[in-house]
Amino acid sequence: MLLREVEYARPSSVDEAVRMLGAHEGARALAGGQTLVNVMKARAASPDVLVDLNRLAELREISVSGDTLELGAMATYTQLLASSEVEVARPILAEVCGLIADVQVRNRGTIGGNVCSNDPTNHLPPLLVALGAEMVILGPDGERTVSASDFFLGVYMTAAGPGELLTSIRVPAGRRDAFEAITLGADGTCIVSAAASLVEGGVRVAIGCVDAVPILVEPAAADEAAVRAAVGAAGLEPPADVHASSDYRRHLAEVVAVRAVQKASAAS
Amino acid sequence: MEPVTRQTITVEINGTSYEREVETRRLLIHFIRDDVDLTGSHVGCDTGNCGACSVILDGQLVKSCMVLAVQADGSTIETVEGLAAEGELTGLQQAFSDHHALQCGYCTPGMLMSATALLRQTPKPSTDEIRKGLQGNICRCTGYWNIVDAVTAASGQEVESRD
Repeated sequence: MLLREVEYARPSSVDEAVRMLGAHEGARALAGGQTLVNVMKARAASPDVLVDLNRLAELREISVSGDTLELGAMATYTQLLASSEVEVARPILAEVCGLIADVQVRNRGTIGGNVCSNDPTNHLPPLLVALGAEMVILGPDGERTVSASDFFLGVYMTAAGPGELLTSIRVPAGRRDAFEAITLGADGTCIVSAAASLVEGGVRVAIGCVDAVPILVEPAAADEAAVRAAVGAAGLEPPADVHASSDYRRHLAEVVAVRAVQKASAAS
Repeated sequence: MEPVTRQTITVEINGTSYEREVETRRLLIHFIRDDVDLTGSHVGCDTGNCGACSVILDGQLVKSCMVLAVQADGSTIETVEGLAAEGELTGLQQAFSDHHALQCGYCTPGMLMSATALLRQTPKPSTDEIRKGLQGNICRCTGYWNIVDAVTAASGQEVESRD
């Protein structure tokens, strides 16, 4: 398909990328392109300038320092799947990346692109909220960090504003996590998803596909009754579509939340 | 580099280097098919779902309808035309023929590239690994069984009878 005419730039550094994003109104960062190129075909997005991040190796780095896993925003799903750092520090990230779409998409698609597109059906927004991740955002005035809970603002909207760039995601180390979803076919689009993380003294469950942003609930305990009560108390009013009514999604939210917490409890 | 709408790119495809000026909005699949005239890679859905446009870009399987041609500047690409470069079918291609792994053939170039990438990474894949490796490729004719059989056979493993 022929895209609308678009200017293209390939910055040679992260700083240059931020400068370009700030200098051109209508500039958009091009990460893996597995969402953006398609919405450009559909004219649902029509950026004037694409700032291609694909050759910025510094944005693809994965490292561990102390108890923190730092993931470059341009790390691909395939990279996370193969990363020994991820396997040791927070293996759920690799597990969930392995559920996203297919080999081709995992080879190009990036974690930064996944969260910045913030499609409510995406896997990583609820997961990163449950894990208590921090997002590192670089702008013309320097760097700032935003918790994942504060990062997702609305459908396709995040705290990374115009002229800013998500550069990395910091995730505390841990293993008692799980992700459960009801999908359209194996590894397909999520109808409802839930990520659970058992942290010292608490349970964090982030539910996806039921609102514009992931909904975080913190059950008083890791048992089924407590999880059902917490999800019920969240007052979810999920959207209805051809795949599930609002009531059915509300029902599924409890089901996947319970499954995720049970699985996280069993993880070691 | 400052933003441009046209750029000259150099791409090596199946061992041959091509230099062309492209519009930056041009998708890689159209560069391959229309500029370089290698029409083996197909446009199926044009939405990134069907995998008929799959090629191997710098060693990684990608859907070339979701990559801009300009992004491939300086890259090495393998397409279906590169498989039987000497005019002799690869073991995988022969297995597709032997096991009737194609009917209309439209998805076949993408299937072959996905299976080629899979077998490089996993020389003896299980049935599940084959299915997972071909997940990004849709076939509307075969029901997939014969394709999985062909990949199994190409990896030197015995194909189980379903009779």
